[in-house]
Amino acid sequence: MKAIVTVVGKDQVGIIAGVCNTLSALHVNVLDISQTILQGYFTMMMVVDLSLCEKPFEDLSAALDGFGKERNLSIRIQREDIFEAMHQI
Amino acid sequence: MGNFSNIMDTIRMIDQQHLDIRTITMGISLLDCVSEDPRRCCDKIYDKITRRAANLVRTGEQIQQEFGIPIVNKRISVTPMALVAAGCDTKDYVPFALAMDRAAKECGVDFIGGFSALVQKGFAKGDTYLLDAIPQALASTDIVCSSVNVGSTRAGINMDAVARMGRIVKETAHLTREKDGLGCAKLVVFCNAVEDNPFMAGAFHGVGEADSVINVGVSGPGVVYHALQECKGQPFDVVAETIKKTAFQITRMGQMVAAEASRRLDTPFGIVDLSLAPTPAVGDSVARILEEIGLETCGTHGTTAALAMLNDAVKKGGVMASGHVGGLSGAFIPVSEDEGMIAAAQRGTLCMDKLEAMTCVCSVGLDMIAVPGDTTAETISAIIADEAAIGMVNSKTTAVRIIPVEGKDVGDVVEMGGLLGSAPVMPVHKESAAAFVARGGRIPAPLQSLKN
Repeated sequence: MKAIVTVVGKDQVGIIAGVCNTLSALHVNVLDISQTILQGYFTMMMVVDLSLCEKPFEDLSAALDGFGKERNLSIRIQREDIFEAMHQI
Repeated sequence: MGNFSNIMDTIRMIDQQHLDIRTITMGISLLDCVSEDPRRCCDKIYDKITRRAANLVRTGEQIQQEFGIPIVNKRISVTPMALVAAGCDTKDYVPFALAMDRAAKECGVDFIGGFSALVQKGFAKGDTYLLDAIPQALASTDIVCSSVNVGSTRAGINMDAVARMGRIVKETAHLTREKDGLGCAKLVVFCNAVEDNPFMAGAFHGVGEADSVINVGVSGPGVVYHALQECKGQPFDVVAETIKKTAFQITRMGQMVAAEASRRLDTPFGIVDLSLAPTPAVGDSVARILEEIGLETCGTHGTTAALAMLNDAVKKGGVMASGHVGGLSGAFIPVSEDEGMIAAAQRGTLCMDKLEAMTCVCSVGLDMIAVPGDTTAETISAIIADEAAIGMVNSKTTAVRIIPVEGKDVGDVVEMGGLLGSAPVMPVHKESAAAFVARGGRIPAPLQSLKN
């Protein structure tokens, strides 16, 4: 199963490293990353593969949320299906 | 998943434009709960609802978390209680409403609908007792919703039922006067009621449905409003096309959630209701869409045409996005639940007569309208009759959910709370319709040809 991780917040050192560490600890593989700075705000989207992750989705969500709160970032993870449903016929 | 801008579009719709799933509603048949002993019947009702819907709320929450789409309400609809209770040896149907209330609270859902009767052509024994019980049932329960179908295109309008419903609405308002007539917000009078409606207060599980089924109602006025801001001054062709595309996206999301809920709950998927359901939140209003189309205030001349176009475009966009479409499917115009409608009513631009005209071209009818407490039962019956006539002649669902608020008059505002919002008390015509309502009998079914 694939999911999309989105990270938005004030730019600072170590966001990508922190998110990737959190994901790697949960055996989540990163497939694609797009990252930019919009008016000083860090905006990143990642496509990740959850097939090796043994934890339930809510743990994953909680782990990312925990890192987000620590760094004052909005981090969310959503299953890819919702974006496919809305934007592809 | 190549296109990252699509991802941001979706997230913006959810975060800033109030895109959500309004409700996942599980329909449950109670036909196998019939028993001569009313207590036994109530126990069976409680057991079946709590068994079938045990995981409904949990599943809704899981889907919300995994897909990141808010699911605002989880609801249950059941077989019209007049049919289930008819076989019981009792004239008091209030305990059945209490059993529904207990079961729904045990499941943790927001509402349960189906304290209902279908009397478009006449009253069976169970219907009579159920109508008698409605005011007390709504006053003594918290999340039970009631509906009565008083007319249809094929049967005409049961004017005896219309007369009774006027009195029932008044009595319900009286019994719940401490809460500004809140009971009336949970009572709908229908013409051409549908059997698979996921929306409250009018949801019930029709007898033609499977034993249990998942119906989903989407929302998204905010998303349509934002999309239309991109096409200011453009001709209606562009406006309609934009609404269609947006409705398609919203409905695809609803379809996906419905399929997922159906799979996880091992319950057949019923329908997606293609509705633009507003909330009192700023930026989630159908009235503001109409204003974005070019009206200074919702309710002014041009409102009916704008709404007709909006309603049609929503359906056209939504139909292709879902495997099965049903329910009420269209734009809702509940006054108290729509921030723009509230503002328009307070200005005096939006009045009952205009709302009635608007119901000819959109989903449902006179919805969540507060009227002065001294409005007579006959006037309410006459309002119901007018609305039922629109539904009957146009082969569409129409409904009346009206709240005569005791002690309040035009200019006052009634706070309903939550999704029900706040309702400015609107004026009604003072001239009597008592002799019209007193006639009783049935208005014959209309001709289906010679349509002019």
